[in-house]
Amino acid sequence: MDMNETKIKISIRSLYKIFGSNPKPALQQVKEGMGKIELLEEYNHVLGLNDINIDVPTGMTTVIMGLSGSGKSTLIRHLNRLIEPTAGEVWVDGDNILEYNEKQLRHLRQHKMSMVFQKFALLPHRTVLQNAGLAPTIEGQSERQYAGEAGRWLDRVGLQGQGEQYPHQLSGGMQQRVGIARALTSNSDIMLMDEAFSALDPLIRTDMQDLLNELQAELQKTIVFITHDLDEALKLADHLVILKDGFVVQQGEPQSILLNPADPYIEDFVSDINRARVLRVRSVMLLTPNVKGEQTGEIDHNDTLESVIALSKGDTNLSYRVMKDGKPIGVLDMRKLVRALVPSQQSDDPKSARVSG
Amino acid sequence: MATYDFIFDGIGLRDWCGNSDEDGGGMTSMAQLLAETSGGDVDKSAWETPFPSMDALHEACVSFPRSRELTSGLEEGFLSIKDSLKAVVDPLTQPLSWALNEALWVMQAVPWFIMIPLLMLIAWVVGRQMKLVGLVAICFGFLGFVDYYSYTMQTLAIIFVCALTCVLLGVPIGVGMSRSNRLQRFMIPILDMLQTLPPFVYLIPLIFLFSVTEPKLYGIAIILYAIVPVIRLTDLGIRLVDPDVTEAADAFGMTKRQKLFKVQIPLALPNIMAGVNQTIMMSLAMVVIASLVSAPGLGVLVLRGIRSLELGVGLLSGLGIVLLAIILDRVTKAALARINVSESR
Repeated sequence: MDMNETKIKISIRSLYKIFGSNPKPALQQVKEGMGKIELLEEYNHVLGLNDINIDVPTGMTTVIMGLSGSGKSTLIRHLNRLIEPTAGEVWVDGDNILEYNEKQLRHLRQHKMSMVFQKFALLPHRTVLQNAGLAPTIEGQSERQYAGEAGRWLDRVGLQGQGEQYPHQLSGGMQQRVGIARALTSNSDIMLMDEAFSALDPLIRTDMQDLLNELQAELQKTIVFITHDLDEALKLADHLVILKDGFVVQQGEPQSILLNPADPYIEDFVSDINRARVLRVRSVMLLTPNVKGEQTGEIDHNDTLESVIALSKGDTNLSYRVMKDGKPIGVLDMRKLVRALVPSQQSDDPKSARVSG
Repeated sequence: MATYDFIFDGIGLRDWCGNSDEDGGGMTSMAQLLAETSGGDVDKSAWETPFPSMDALHEACVSFPRSRELTSGLEEGFLSIKDSLKAVVDPLTQPLSWALNEALWVMQAVPWFIMIPLLMLIAWVVGRQMKLVGLVAICFGFLGFVDYYSYTMQTLAIIFVCALTCVLLGVPIGVGMSRSNRLQRFMIPILDMLQTLPPFVYLIPLIFLFSVTEPKLYGIAIILYAIVPVIRLTDLGIRLVDPDVTEAADAFGMTKRQKLFKVQIPLALPNIMAGVNQTIMMSLAMVVIASLVSAPGLGVLVLRGIRSLELGVGLLSGLGIVLLAIILDRVTKAALARINVSESR
């Protein structure tokens, strides 16, 4: 996907966050190059975010990934100003939201951004339907007014007929479905998801990821998703940002990060995942306008390598024609495919890796 | 010669002290009298050195005030601001007098055959337990049977007004404390003091301020004593509300007011209700002491038992208070349990 052609919904510029009693002088030190550990030792301030610059494309899923302590939850809370930054800008639809007054900020939170939380954060004294209708309630609508809309989204996330239950009567996975329905009922373009599936057990988590991908295909919201799980990140992301110790290590299309890790930290990260399942044909094929020679068959540019391996039954002598929208766009040699499965050999052909559909 | 002469001599205040020989003017301390009878100054050993108290220093220097002058000074100080204090406090607390008078009148004017079923109905509405309604019927039936019905109603009226006032004042104060750490730091010592001050001590300045016949005299004493738990538990309850939930409320754009009424207070309700329960129990304890300053009700009977050593009256009225306490406790706890069930997660 070409970033130049997509519209940018949220744009974060030189964002810094330093936790402590007197962050301004500490900020100066950080700008002059002081690291997280030094800052803690000498100034007793914690460096939360360090010069963050991220563009979040409209209608896509941007996943911000990092281990605990990397500042990812801090970062997402800057997007709706649950946390105030020490310095920097956050532009949403052309407005710097850090200049918003209280009323504008409330409008932003009510109508433009919704949020899904790790621990669900449902109101325990309200029914599922009332929880889903939180956003309209805040605007002053009565339950009768919002019941239709909220009920529709509850049905959509798979909670038919559960509207009268209380949150504690539901399982974790179902509670998070209520959380998603609550975010969708607010009809905002942007959905912030803070480790939304981390508290769920693995099978339920996979279900929820599928649900989110399904919803996203249908609704094209601008989603900012926080996770510490690389598999989850790769499954959901159109744009991947990797955070470490409060700064962005690498960002870009997930496939290209996988094939060209920018530093040893990310190499470490990506070495454990199942590359065949994550990498797609478009990322490893040879891009040629005129497809010549003998090909065994046709494959789609978005197929995973795993499915191609299954198709070839493991024969490395084959080569496939790659199709996009019914037109041939390139060739995939099975030998090349096998090479791409091994992380250390990716650097042999960085050019083809950079090519992305 | 007194032990601490050297202090005043040392810092050159002897002139200010005046002549110590002129001692024994108006007021003489017990120690001085003893010293005179035992034959003047006897050399004291170092073992017997007195604590440098106000009285001991007075002995060395006549101009130094004695401790009894401190207490009388406090009293005079209070008396001198009494009138201006009264001008402010009197109108502010007047509604309390009215409320108490009205409540006392209503509770006694309504005949028993309406009042007891009404109380049973309230117990049902609040607790939804048949057991509880039965308990109310039996207790009030018994108290009526032994001719303590009107005393019981008076006590109930006082508790009703005072506990309600405690909630109306205490919940907003608790909410304020939960929002501002500074207010919390300021209030906690006051609450500690209100809770530990012997209940009788409340009465003394109030007697100076208001005439003993005014109901607000005991009303204020009861409220000061009983308001503490509802404030503390409101503050605690709101601070204990799951921060994830309040963050969600913020993230969806709730105003502070919406957050308070739709999230914080509902979620803190179990704690607030526990505070209300404690407040009611404490006002019941205080209502007996308040009968010293003309509070009507069962406390008067207890007092009569003590004053004229009427053992039977004392025991029976004491039992009446216990029964009242049981009813009020069970009914508020049943309400608390119902809230807990609907909010359990």
